[in-house]
This record gives sequence, C-alpha cells and structure tokens, in this order.
Amino acid sequence: MIKAILIFNNHGKPRLSKFYEHYSEDTEQQIIRETFHLVSKRDENVCNFLEGGMLIDGSDNKLIYRHYATLYFVFCVDSSESELGILDLIQVFVETLDKCFENVCELDLIFHVDKVHNILAEMVMGGMVLETNMNEIITQVDAQNKMEKSETFIFQSPRQDR
Amino acid sequence: MAPSVCLQEMIRVIRSARTQGEERGVIQRECAAIRAQFRQADSGGRSHNLAKLLYVHMLGYPAHFGQMECVRMIASPRYSEKRIGYLGAMMLLDEKQDASLLITNSIKNDLSHSSQYIQSLALCTLACMGSAEMCRDLAPEIERLLKASNSYIKKKAALCAVHIVRKIPELGELFTPSAHSLLSDKNHGVLHGAVVLITELCERNPGNLDEFRKAVPELVQIMKGLVTSGYSPEHNVAGISDPFLQVRVLRLLRILGRNNDEASDAMNDLLAQVATNTDSSKTAGSAVLYETVLTIMDIKSESGLRVLAVNILGRFLLNNDRNIRYISMTSLQKIVQTDHTAVQRHRGTIVDCLKDQDASVKRRALELSLALVSAANIRSMMKELLRFLSTCPPELRSHATSGIFNAAERYAPSQRWHIDTILHVLITAGGDVRDETVPNLIQLISVASELHCYTVHKLYRALISDISQQSLVQVACWCIGEYGDLLLKGDCDEIEPMQVTEDDVLDVLETILQSHMSSPTSRGFALTAIMKLSTRITNNIESVVSIYGSFVCDLLDLLGETNTSSQANQNQVNTTSNSTSSSVQENLLDLLGGLEPTPGKGNILFYFNLFTGTMSVTCLCVFSAPNVTVYEKGGVNLKLQCDNQTETAITVTFTASNSTQSDITSFTLQAAVPKSVQLQMKAPSGDVIPAQVCPHFCRFSTQSAAQHLKMRVRLSYTSQGTLCQDMVQIDSFPSPAWN
Repeated sequence: MIKAILIFNNHGKPRLSKFYEHYSEDTEQQIIRETFHLVSKRDENVCNFLEGGMLIDGSDNKLIYRHYATLYFVFCVDSSESELGILDLIQVFVETLDKCFENVCELDLIFHVDKVHNILAEMVMGGMVLETNMNEIITQVDAQNKMEKSETFIFQSPRQDR
Repeated sequence: MAPSVCLQEMIRVIRSARTQGEERGVIQRECAAIRAQFRQADSGGRSHNLAKLLYVHMLGYPAHFGQMECVRMIASPRYSEKRIGYLGAMMLLDEKQDASLLITNSIKNDLSHSSQYIQSLALCTLACMGSAEMCRDLAPEIERLLKASNSYIKKKAALCAVHIVRKIPELGELFTPSAHSLLSDKNHGVLHGAVVLITELCERNPGNLDEFRKAVPELVQIMKGLVTSGYSPEHNVAGISDPFLQVRVLRLLRILGRNNDEASDAMNDLLAQVATNTDSSKTAGSAVLYETVLTIMDIKSESGLRVLAVNILGRFLLNNDRNIRYISMTSLQKIVQTDHTAVQRHRGTIVDCLKDQDASVKRRALELSLALVSAANIRSMMKELLRFLSTCPPELRSHATSGIFNAAERYAPSQRWHIDTILHVLITAGGDVRDETVPNLIQLISVASELHCYTVHKLYRALISDISQQSLVQVACWCIGEYGDLLLKGDCDEIEPMQVTEDDVLDVLETILQSHMSSPTSRGFALTAIMKLSTRITNNIESVVSIYGSFVCDLLDLLGETNTSSQANQNQVNTTSNSTSSSVQENLLDLLGGLEPTPGKGNILFYFNLFTGTMSVTCLCVFSAPNVTVYEKGGVNLKLQCDNQTETAITVTFTASNSTQSDITSFTLQAAVPKSVQLQMKAPSGDVIPAQVCPHFCRFSTQSAAQHLKMRVRLSYTSQGTLCQDMVQIDSFPSPAWN
C-alpha cells in the first residue's frame, strides 16, 4: 500500500501532498518537513530508496523518490509494494503530467495543483495502484475536464508569468 | 460581493509575499473572505473557494472550517462542484469527524449515477476515507458494480472492495465469487484490480486460499500471455509487457503456491520461463525478475529452479546500479533464514557493500551481514563489522553495536575474544550502546576469573587515553575498583608490562570526577572505585580523603537522592557480619583517626554499590554531616551544612527540599553577612525544586571562622501559584565533627 505521495521543490516547499492514511494537519506538515530533510541530504548517484523518518520509524515502510530538475517526487510505501515497480510508477506519473501540461514545469504544478490531484486520482486510489497505462489515464482525464468545462464559467486572469 | 478571485490569482499573490509573516497575512485575509463566502447561501464561484482553501491547507494552514462546505458541494448536482467537494473530503475529512457520516448518502446516490465519472468520484472517495460504517452500508453497491459492464468502473470498484475488506474483513465473503470471475476480463486495469482484490482476500482469510488455488491455471495463462506476447504499445514499459501486472500476478502466485505442492507444480514451468527470458537491462525487467525469484524461493519449487534463483540474486548483487544492489540485498534478507547456505556463498560481496558510500545500501548490508554471522565465520565477520563501526553513519550505530554484541554473545570462540570485542566496541562507539551493556559486560568480566588481570590492564590503558565514552569509563572504573591490586602489581602475561602506581590510578579517577564530560552515573562509579581501593592502597590515604571532600555533592548524589533511578536501584546494601566486613570497618576507622561512627551525627555516608549478585558487600559505615534545619515552612525545608573549615574560612552548603505535591519554581536565595566577613556565592543547582524532592544545593564560602559567623538569609519562591518570601537569621553555625 502507498501511504503518502509528496512532491516538493529543492527548498522544501510542498507542491502536492496526498496522504492515504489519516494524520493531523500538524503531523502532515512535520512529515513533509522531515521527508524533505532526509531526501535533500542524498547525493545524486546513490540509490532511490530511503529508510528513516516519522512515517517509517520501526515499521517496514520505505521512501522511494526521484529527483527531476527542481522537484522531488516521493512515495512512501510499505513492503507489499514492489520497490522497482514504484520507481517505474513515478516515471509514468511524470510522463503523464508532461503529456497533460505540455512540457510540464514546476509552475504548472503550482498553479494547477487541483488538476494534478485529478490526474493522480486516475493512477492511485486508496493507496493502491489503479492504472498504469498512460494513454488510458490521459483519455479519462481529458473526458472529465471536458465535462467540467461544459457546465461552468471559469474566471481566469490572463496568464502573466509563463 | 465582488466576484471572488480565482485560484491562480490567489496563488500569485501568496507567492509574491516576501516574508513568512506577509504570507500569513495574505492567507488570513483570503481565509476570512472564503469563510464569508461559505456562509452565503449561493455564489457563483463556490468551487473556486474550496479549491483555494485546499491550496492553503497544503501549505499547512488550518482549513477545518471547510469541512461542511465539502459536504454541501458533494451534494451539488454540478460535476465541477462535486469534484472539488470530493477532493476536499479526501483531504479534510476522516472517519473520526461527524461530517464524514453526512456524505454517506451522497456517495450512495452517486454510485448509481448515470455518469461514470460521477460514479468514479464516489468510488475514489470511499476507497480513500471510507469508515467502517460507510463501508458496511455501501458494500452491496460495490459488489453490484463489480459486475458492471464498464471496465472503467469495474477496476475502481475492485480497489474499493479491497479497502472495504481491509476495514471489515468479514465482508470478504461478499466479494469472493465476483473476484474470481473478474480474472476473465481482458482489460489490464480490471485484471490488476482483480489480482489485488484476490491477494487481499487470501491474506485476510486463509480459508479463501483453497477457493482461489483453482484460479492458478488462469493466472498462469495470463502471465504466459504477457511474457510471450509481441510488442504491445499500450502496456509496454521498456520492452516488457505491463510489468506492473506481471509483478502483481507473481506475488499472488507466491501466496497461492506456498506450502501447496499441487499449486507449486502448476507454476514451475512458467517461473522457469520468466526467469530465463526476462530482459533485465532496465528497471522494469528487473522488477519482474525479482518478483519471480522471490516466488520461486517461497513456494515448493524444484531444487534446480532454486539454485537458478539464488544465482540471479547473486548476479544482481554485483550490478553497478545501486538500486539493483539494494533490491537484491532486500530479497536476500527475505530468504536468508530458509536458504542460509545459498546466501552464505555471497557473503564476500555483501561485506564489501558495507563500504559503499550510500547509506541505504550500508543499512541493508549491515542487516544481511548480521544475519550471516555463524560460528564458522565469526572471527572474520567480526573484523569486518568492527571496521564498519568506525566509519558507520550515526543513524546506524546503535543498531550496529547491538547486533555486534548479540553476535559476539552467541558465537564467541573464547572469553578473551569476547571481552576484546566488547572493549573495541566501547572504545569506538561507546556512546551508542544500550544501557544494559555496562552491567552485562561487568557480569561477563567477573565470571572470567583468569582474565581479570588482563582485563583490568586493558581497561586502564583505554581509560588513560580517552575518558569521553561513558560506558567505557563506567566499566573501567568498576574493574579498577575490583581488581586494583592486580593492576598495581604490574605484570600480566598477556600484555606488555606497564608500571602503574597508586598515584596514577587515583589521578585517573579524579580526572573522571572533575571532567565535565562525565555523567553522574560515571562519577558514581569512579567514587565507588575509590572507596573500594581505599581498602587496598595504603600510601595515599590523604589524597583519597581529600577527593571525598571535594566531591561531597557527588557523594550525596550517590545516596540516590537526586540521581537517576538506575543509580537508586543499584544501591543495595547488605550488612553481613563476617570477618572481612569488620576488619574493613576497623581500617576505615583508623583512617579517620579513631572516630567512632554514631548514626545521626558525623560526616559522610558511604554506600558500596553493587552490580552483580555475586559480589558481597564489604561494609556499611554511617557518618552523617551536621545537617541543621534552619527553615521549615509550607513544605519547604532549608538545611545547612558546613565543610572545609579552616581557621579563617568555612564552606556552607544550603540544601532546599520540597515535600509538597507540586513543583516549586523561581527559588532564589540571598545571603547577607556582617561587614567583617567576606562572602563568595557559588551558583545554585537550579531554581526549580520538583515536587517531593530533596535536595537542591547552593554553596557559599565565607572568610570567617565558624564561631564568629552570623548570616541573614532571604528566600523567595513560588509555590502553588503564590509568591512567598521569608527571612531567616542564623546566629550559630555547627562545626564539622573533624577538623
């Protein structure tokens, strides 16, 4: 089971935080801070698996992370997940984001965090991997977005900083 | 009301805040606006407000006032509002809140909605945060959806069912028939969900295993299809067809084949095929291969296959990619108990990984190395482990030391080796050993009687070079106290001789007492050692007594009044009336010039600390200091004690104790003396006296003979919330019993 999915930048600012187990707000922030602290200490050429920290603490949980440019993608999983499989899943997730946002960058994640949640919801549900086929995911996300657009006006300010 | 600013605008404003304080201000304003908008019955931009609130929540600001809004949004007929409402529910609500019950009805309705996307929102939310009651209510709905014709819904319903089974295992029966039939679906997402569901059902209830073993042929077929199919662009990851599904199926096969010959037979061929044909140059292939290896090792497979599996793992141990090495060690850890000899073959590589720079790889290597220690390889393994300990990262140290101690205890080839090993660990990493190490080591040393001389010499030498490792200091002090005579005799056949005089020994012990690095426990050990030595050494008795004098406070600590409970527990006093005890008692009396011990009046209390039941106590002598109570009121007691009296100077120690039920805080003491007297005040031990505790020290020394000294003392403290102040006049000071 996946316990949490976190995305934060090189300075520790959270860009996405999804927990599949309930923690209080304070604990969630503490977990984010601590995970950043652990992950930022790692060199570039070490393995992508980490043990340690509050989420882990004596249990069989691990942190599996990937570093892309300015962002860390961290999945906290327990032993029922295949570690290499999760590494591949992170890759699929990032590629999907790339397709949905067209050359995704950190700003996309900042300003459209709700869309990122929607994409993630098509891939991981209740802490379990739901779908890994990128095309399938994108098809569904597009259909849902169309549904949303068809019913509402969305107030938007003209895009300034891109 | 002006149209609410959209999410992007708010994010832009927050990002432009230059300081944390500014950001907080912006967010507080936004939250106030959002709250106001929530209170209004209807406004056009409802979903924006909730989206903004969720963003703010991610940054760490409180957002609980949005919970009811989530409930309202979920009940809305519009898709955009439902979507954000459900997202909010997953982030802000959990089963402990009452609001979560309110959405049960909405979820129920949405599960039968005509639009599959609305159904999927409800399924997703139920799977994320569904409470046990909600699950019980909605389980029949989910079961119905498992038979739907829509694969998008089926796959989500399958995972939702997994969540329900986790919350209420008994409901598993409801899903068992449908789960089996899902395996015939062609859609990979549905298959994936089905396999996860069956895995969960089997793990929760072993009774289901028989039922699902019938599915083994189907699962084998699915795998064969994936492994041998041609290039299928849809599910392809680096040349492997849907590795995620393959891994899941392999895991399920492992559970089904465990301890069952028939099922294991049915999958043997397949496993051999996957093991030999999978291309492991990329992560995806490696993931499948590992899962295969673990499955082979866990079921009743043929021996040829097992050998193949362990060899694959061994090969991966040598891979350049650190991820692969990490995973192979994790896999080896899982099989080290059952296939110990097979893993032993790779011991050399594993031990090499101890030197890897990656902390995660080091951790795995340490775990595995400790598991591989055996009677045959203990000497060489211990060398490696001790070498590792000196460069070990701090987070692994305590685990490494306890692992080393366990291994040493189980397989020590000789007592001397055992003691040497423990000493080495204490010298390298004494700060990271567990508390019971010290008494355990003392026990070990006391039992190995022919090694006492060797041990005390080694410990003494370690001590003179480094007194910072507290556990080493404690053990060394104990040994010097016990076997000091062997140390002073000088010769020992197993180490090169070194002349040690009584002065040297006392110097070392005194250094420990004076050092700021020494903990109170270590000081206690050092003092006890001096006490024990005082019966054996004859030339330096004045230095011994002067040491006692300078460390009165530590001695009082030794009585277990302020010190840790471990010290207090270790104070066991037996009075045995045998010849040894009375002769020692006489010796002590000689030391102090023929003073007779009379309880209730006198100078210092001596306790002999015991650490092992085998040692017998030597003596109990009671000399108590002239401790006069000068103030007693409201549970606060102030005692006075005089030491170090010379013709013109005296040291006065005030001890405050608190016998009330609550702590006393801001305790201060001021003293005034006549103009003819000079007063030096030393810093008190603190200004808080915890409830029911004595003492709390405060020292003065004055330049005046005891008989001429008069002092006025002002006390000020806070007890149970009230400030108390008092003044005491002290006209006569008791003189210590000896001069």
